[in-house]
Amino acid sequence: MSESCEITLTVNGVRHQVSVEPRRTLADVLRIDLGLTGTHVGCEHGICGACTVLMDDQPVRACLVFGVQADGSSIRTVEGLAANGELTDLQQAFSRHHALQCGFCTPGFLMLAEGYLAETPAPDRVAVREMVSANLCRCTGYQGIVDAIVDVAEQRFHERPI
Amino acid sequence: MKPASFEYHRATTVSEALTFVNELGEDAKFIAGGQSLVPMMNFRLARPTALIDIMHIPKLNSIYRDGDSLIVGALTRHRTLELTTDASVVEGFALLSSAARWIGHTPIRTRGTIGGSLVHADASAEWCMMARLFDAQMTLEGPRGRRTVSSGDWFQGMFSTAADFNELLVEIQFISPRRYGALAEFARRHGDFALAAVAVAFDVVDDRLCNVGIVIGGVEGIPVRASEAETLLEGASLGAVDVEGAARSAAAGVEPMESEPGEAAYRRHLVDTLTRRAIHDALATRVQ
Repeated sequence: MSESCEITLTVNGVRHQVSVEPRRTLADVLRIDLGLTGTHVGCEHGICGACTVLMDDQPVRACLVFGVQADGSSIRTVEGLAANGELTDLQQAFSRHHALQCGFCTPGFLMLAEGYLAETPAPDRVAVREMVSANLCRCTGYQGIVDAIVDVAEQRFHERPI
Repeated sequence: MKPASFEYHRATTVSEALTFVNELGEDAKFIAGGQSLVPMMNFRLARPTALIDIMHIPKLNSIYRDGDSLIVGALTRHRTLELTTDASVVEGFALLSSAARWIGHTPIRTRGTIGGSLVHADASAEWCMMARLFDAQMTLEGPRGRRTVSSGDWFQGMFSTAADFNELLVEIQFISPRRYGALAEFARRHGDFALAAVAVAFDVVDDRLCNVGIVIGGVEGIPVRASEAETLLEGASLGAVDVEGAARSAAAGVEPMESEPGEAAYRRHLVDTLTRRAIHDALATRVQ
């Protein structure tokens, strides 16, 4: 076993210092070392997207980044979305549009969409479909997920500060 | 934890990275975005004893124009190239942005780098094809100093390049701009590595095709130029481009890999179809 490294991560605005083995993925650091089990782990080789988080505002696969590589970065996970028990507009839209059934893939889809919408405020439906093809959902058939994201995109676009 | 254990070192300059690899030896590996290396480590197909993280070398993340050439730093993310469409920078290389969209998915493209892809050297990788198509020159830094390798010499076989273990790819110079181009691919699932892919680029002078380049990816162990098909199209007048002939020639010229029975014939068939599609799409970019 190789020696542990001290790393600093800012997760959902809170700074954490943890000591991790280099081979521990960011997904495992979040789940095991920080107890943030909202980030789900599916395939662990970059196919399913269940572990998607935002790293310095960009969506990444947390299973394809080692914790040590993320040292010094800022991470957002699904736990950082709802504040004071109130779901965000995106989470509410997922509920409203039945964009989840079993819910296993949902944290990944939420973070993927959150990162994407920050960069692409007014996407069309085709672009959203293309974007969500990054992640696997075995329940919904994607229709509800696309509906929810398009709905929020429109809502945010109309409510944007001018 | 899935990967075998390893030591981790972070380099912030090229010379620091070279010092690390010099000390750690052949079983150490440079890691950039890690979008190919980490899955291989998770499967234990790769078991480096040490990783040298080069992602924090700021000067390797750049795109700029130098005359006819486009110079891209090795750590430039796929996503950055996808979003770089400013004509003053990418004129003659507009295909790079649309090729980037074929790479995996957005969360892969935010992290993966052009240099990482070229060093990994998957024969179906978009950057490997683009390197062949636009005659890229790869600049390496190593113990013997700086040297440049042309794309024709870069790919030495499946997942194998001209770079030695202790050399770091720092810059890619695309030197042959072409005004029109297209990339056509086929994979069983969207975002997967292609079973076959064909990229086409050319200029048009006096209503005739010139500087025709055709690259076939994912079919042989390295991306290959379809030189006979290129010759066939060179000088063709716009109204009489022998698309079918070029496609047949491209398909006849490949020696496809076969990992399951029937796959070689299927790949050859795909080369025919995709060559037609890429030529048609490239001609259509002219109209837009």
